[in-house]
Amino acid sequence: MTDDEKNTSVELGESGGSSGSGASSGNGGNGGNGADVPGGPAPGKNAPGGRTPRELLRGRSELGVCLLLLVLGVLVLTDALTMADAFTQRGPVGPATVPVIVGGALLLVAVALAVDVLRGGRGEAEGGEDIDLTAPGDWRTVLLLAGVFLGNAVLIEPLGFPVSGALLFWGSAYALGSRNPARDPLIAAALSVVTFLVFNNLLGVPLPGGPLMGVL
Amino acid sequence: MESLNSLLDGFGTALTPLNLLWAAVGVLLGTAIGVLPGIGPAMAVALLLPVTYGLDPTAAFIMFAGIYYGGMFGGSTTSILLNTPGETAAVVAAIEGHPMARSGRGAQALAAAAAGHFAGGMIGTIALVALAPTVAALAVDIGAPDYFAIMVLAFIAVTSVLGSSRVRGFASLLIGLTIGLVGLDAMTGQQRLTFGSLQLADGIDVVIVAVGLFAIGEALWVAAHLRRGGAKPIPVGRPWLGRAELRRTWKPWLRGPLIGFPFGAIPAGGAEIPTFLSYVTEKRLSKHQDEWGKGAVEGVAGPESAASASAAGTLVSLLTLGLPTTAVAAVMLAAFQQYGIQPGPLLFDHEPELVWGLIASLFVGMVLLLVLNLPLAPVWAKLLRIPRPYLYAGILFFAAVGAYAVGGEALDLVLLLIIGLVGLCMRRYGLPVLPAMIGVILGPAAEQQLRRALQLSDGSVTGLVNTPFSVTVYAVIALILAWPWLKRLLVRGRTADRSGTTAD
Repeated sequence: MTDDEKNTSVELGESGGSSGSGASSGNGGNGGNGADVPGGPAPGKNAPGGRTPRELLRGRSELGVCLLLLVLGVLVLTDALTMADAFTQRGPVGPATVPVIVGGALLLVAVALAVDVLRGGRGEAEGGEDIDLTAPGDWRTVLLLAGVFLGNAVLIEPLGFPVSGALLFWGSAYALGSRNPARDPLIAAALSVVTFLVFNNLLGVPLPGGPLMGVL
Repeated sequence: MESLNSLLDGFGTALTPLNLLWAAVGVLLGTAIGVLPGIGPAMAVALLLPVTYGLDPTAAFIMFAGIYYGGMFGGSTTSILLNTPGETAAVVAAIEGHPMARSGRGAQALAAAAAGHFAGGMIGTIALVALAPTVAALAVDIGAPDYFAIMVLAFIAVTSVLGSSRVRGFASLLIGLTIGLVGLDAMTGQQRLTFGSLQLADGIDVVIVAVGLFAIGEALWVAAHLRRGGAKPIPVGRPWLGRAELRRTWKPWLRGPLIGFPFGAIPAGGAEIPTFLSYVTEKRLSKHQDEWGKGAVEGVAGPESAASASAAGTLVSLLTLGLPTTAVAAVMLAAFQQYGIQPGPLLFDHEPELVWGLIASLFVGMVLLLVLNLPLAPVWAKLLRIPRPYLYAGILFFAAVGAYAVGGEALDLVLLLIIGLVGLCMRRYGLPVLPAMIGVILGPAAEQQLRRALQLSDGSVTGLVNTPFSVTVYAVIALILAWPWLKRLLVRGRTADRSGTTAD
């Protein structure tokens, strides 16, 4: 279990740089881990001993979460402390007080989480009906899905929702492994048009029709 | 007596043909969603938040309540037929329910679950009718310091009681609070965390956060670990119960709500703990000890009844105090905010038609559930075979619709994706999602109450603890925070006791 966890985390660390090489980086990570931890399922339980910092960080991509929390905390604090004095302020608590508390707490939690991770604590990845945690993370699919989703955000206004929505559904289904050349686009088109009609005409929630709906 | 009259008025609202239709839509949608793997009721309500722009509040909440109850029932169907519970509430149902299905008694397991949900939901809702107006009347005098205390309690409880790691719970809560800070300060109009962007000055809409965390985050996380060629569901016929089983199940059905309802009302994680407690209780009381683990029908009936009753308990805190104790309640609170309605003690005075119509529709929904689900069970079981690419593509699709409907801005879709990626990372690294959601929803309100309370006391911190109510709440918070140490002390005391008695 811990080995698999490490595989996915190693991959997650690398997926930013080399997209599309999910399998190979997973293998590389596997070899590295195997050499690093000979038969020890609990790596580095509070024993930094003679390890180099690089070894200490291996398999601990969770420290990235700490870093993000730290950055977020600094961001919130800077924003609060550089806020101009409120001339309209009523009462003793101004608009900066709560952000200062939240920012400070973020820094504290970042440190506490880092301590927990370095002591060997691990966040438990969430399970679910369709989730197979024993398989290495498939970050290529996630990137593809994110790309398709962004594409929809760009296309929704020029092409209209019926077209961009259909592309979103088709693209997502494709990224997730569906390869039916007839059924996929048909379902996508039907779903998109029906949703458009239900929201736009029935519920009164306006969606952009685009040039296609102008023609029809 | 007065609440009975109000309830009758509520039935007048709930039984209009249109509201009846929304209740039926909610119940059917809820069951389908509960059955579908990968979608829980919280995600379902989040995805449906955009309909609040087109529906009147009563109709919307009648539908949401139907989804909540229907989702509970649907979740147990998945547990029993597939042995892979998606909702925490349905985990226990799999322990005895799946062995029953494997040994050809799936129909009985489904019937025990359905009737359990009916019994638990009915008893729970009756308790809601009896209790909610009283709680609201007691709470009607509470002021800013008390509200602030309740919200702090929600923050602490949701981070400490749920999940295995407190640090990660707090990290999640703080992420939520930070998102809640974005926008113009409500009291002074100063920009916070907007970085000069006009779009961010309005704040990040809670619908975007809910859909991003619950729908996009979940879909991306599943995509990263999608199970290929998953388990096959067990085919099942029309549910029914024989006389022998009825004799074994009626007591668990009645005992379940006793455990479920109180746990639903307090911020202790919804149905997870009470279903487990009910399971343990039934196991201890059962006369058929040899069947446990191999398909004891009591182990399905009791916990399922407790699960539905806990949903009713959740509504007590949500409607009377504005305190969400589960993810679904949190998203429903977001829906209330969309309508500009503040749930709390005054809700029963200000929106009697909405509240009582909602409560009456729970009874209606329960009857609909029982009537629809028994004959439809084989159809629901077929839903389990939906191709996963379509399922998760559909979730992304409807998430995009919902986020765009908020303000008609393509930028909201980008924001949605970013929050979804945050949700993905949270799932990967074991940060629970619910605290973040509670932080986003309650954070701004808590800040308002804090500032109001301190304004009244001229900045003195004693202004936060000057009522008996707030002092009590802070005592409870202290107890929750000290619980891990207390537990260690208790355990040590007990083992000392035991070694003492054996020495005698």
